[in-house]
Amino acid sequence: MEKALERFYSVFAEWGVPSIVPQLIVMLVVVSVVILFISVSVMFMIWWERKISAHIQVRYGPMRVGGWHGWAQSIADGIKLLLKEDIIPAGADKLVFALAPMVVFAAALAAYVIIPFGPNLIVRDLNIGVLFYISISSLTVVGIIMAGWSSNNKYSVLGALRSAAQAVSYEVPLVVSVLGVIMTVGSLSMIQIVEAQKRIWFVIPQFFGFLIYLTAAIAECNRLPFDIPEAESELVAGFHVEYSGMRFAIFFLAEYANMFTVSAIATALFLGGWHGPLLPPWLWFLIKTYCIIFVMMWLRWTLARLRVDQLMNLGWKVLLPLAFLNMGITGLILVIHG
Amino acid sequence: MAADYAVVGVFLVVGLLFVVVNVDIVSRLLRPSDPQPEKLAPYECGEDPIGGPWIRVHIRYYLYALVYVIFAVETIYLYPWAIVFRKLGLFAFVEMMLFIAILLVGFAYAWRKGALEWA
Repeated sequence: MEKALERFYSVFAEWGVPSIVPQLIVMLVVVSVVILFISVSVMFMIWWERKISAHIQVRYGPMRVGGWHGWAQSIADGIKLLLKEDIIPAGADKLVFALAPMVVFAAALAAYVIIPFGPNLIVRDLNIGVLFYISISSLTVVGIIMAGWSSNNKYSVLGALRSAAQAVSYEVPLVVSVLGVIMTVGSLSMIQIVEAQKRIWFVIPQFFGFLIYLTAAIAECNRLPFDIPEAESELVAGFHVEYSGMRFAIFFLAEYANMFTVSAIATALFLGGWHGPLLPPWLWFLIKTYCIIFVMMWLRWTLARLRVDQLMNLGWKVLLPLAFLNMGITGLILVIHG
Repeated sequence: MAADYAVVGVFLVVGLLFVVVNVDIVSRLLRPSDPQPEKLAPYECGEDPIGGPWIRVHIRYYLYALVYVIFAVETIYLYPWAIVFRKLGLFAFVEMMLFIAILLVGFAYAWRKGALEWA
């Protein structure tokens, strides 16, 4: 792999092309691979979620498209969304309305830069890894507010505001819950954090950190039981009420891509990343990530939605103090044991 | 070092372009376009909308944002501290706990004043 890259670069050097050109080509190939991975995994996750929800409710779910258990249902849905009319409401702010899905998707895509699928299978091991993920994931809220505000619809304005309030409330516990891991490792780099878990997964010493992270992460993804921003029974669909066709599909894609990111980060920080016996590292990483995704789907289809005040109380009055307590106790133990 | 962040830039730009290509080129060529006044009206479950959407917003959103700012700034200090925590040892631990304690006083004040009540 390394050698092939070097030969690729040297060919361009012989032609006298500046080195930025082959580097850019390599980057574009990497981005394309990541987008392909996102598309396939999102299609799988949507089909999987429909199957899980159906079986929880004693139904079959999609059964017809493609033959075996409706495996091609997501592909059919994607094509249908591609062919649907694009409606931009009359009073909407057209520029912001068009920009919002771009911001949401670009943020979701950029987060994949630091996901460590394997020891060498990472786009870039940024030395600020975890911090990078936290900052890039808060960009999503900007996109959501843009979508809600520009739609010229009461539901979407309310949904966007609630979404912002919720994201802000759950970001603090999320950020603090990760600190225990960072204090133990002494680095923000994803690769180093995973390497540090060779002997013991951080889910054992940092069990409460893991629980707080998972709860806050589900809230950050706006998924049930924390889906107040798009509570269907009161807000129709929240911030994306007025989006249709492909623009809506982009929001949907970004939402599931974010779900994968959140689970992948949990895997890397708490579940030992790619470490595991027998199977190749990338497979271990995917298995653990999809296990967390399964738990998120399981919770979604078995729990009721929280009320707004319950949601805010949980974030500020339970998770936040617990996260600080977890951090303090971790620090105390590290100080005593060195 | 800078090349690492160039990748992030490429990802962001390609993310924007991906949406443009899909929504404004591929889908535009394939989809129908038949705008009608009813279709373009704001969606309110079939009712004619009364008043505009840019309503006055409750003050509680602002209060949460304010409390958030306190902790957002705090976390900026917490991250560098956490990285070098093991090298600095007990002294840094006590220092940071004092810092957090001061902030928690502010948090307790906001809690007591009812800034964290959704009512």
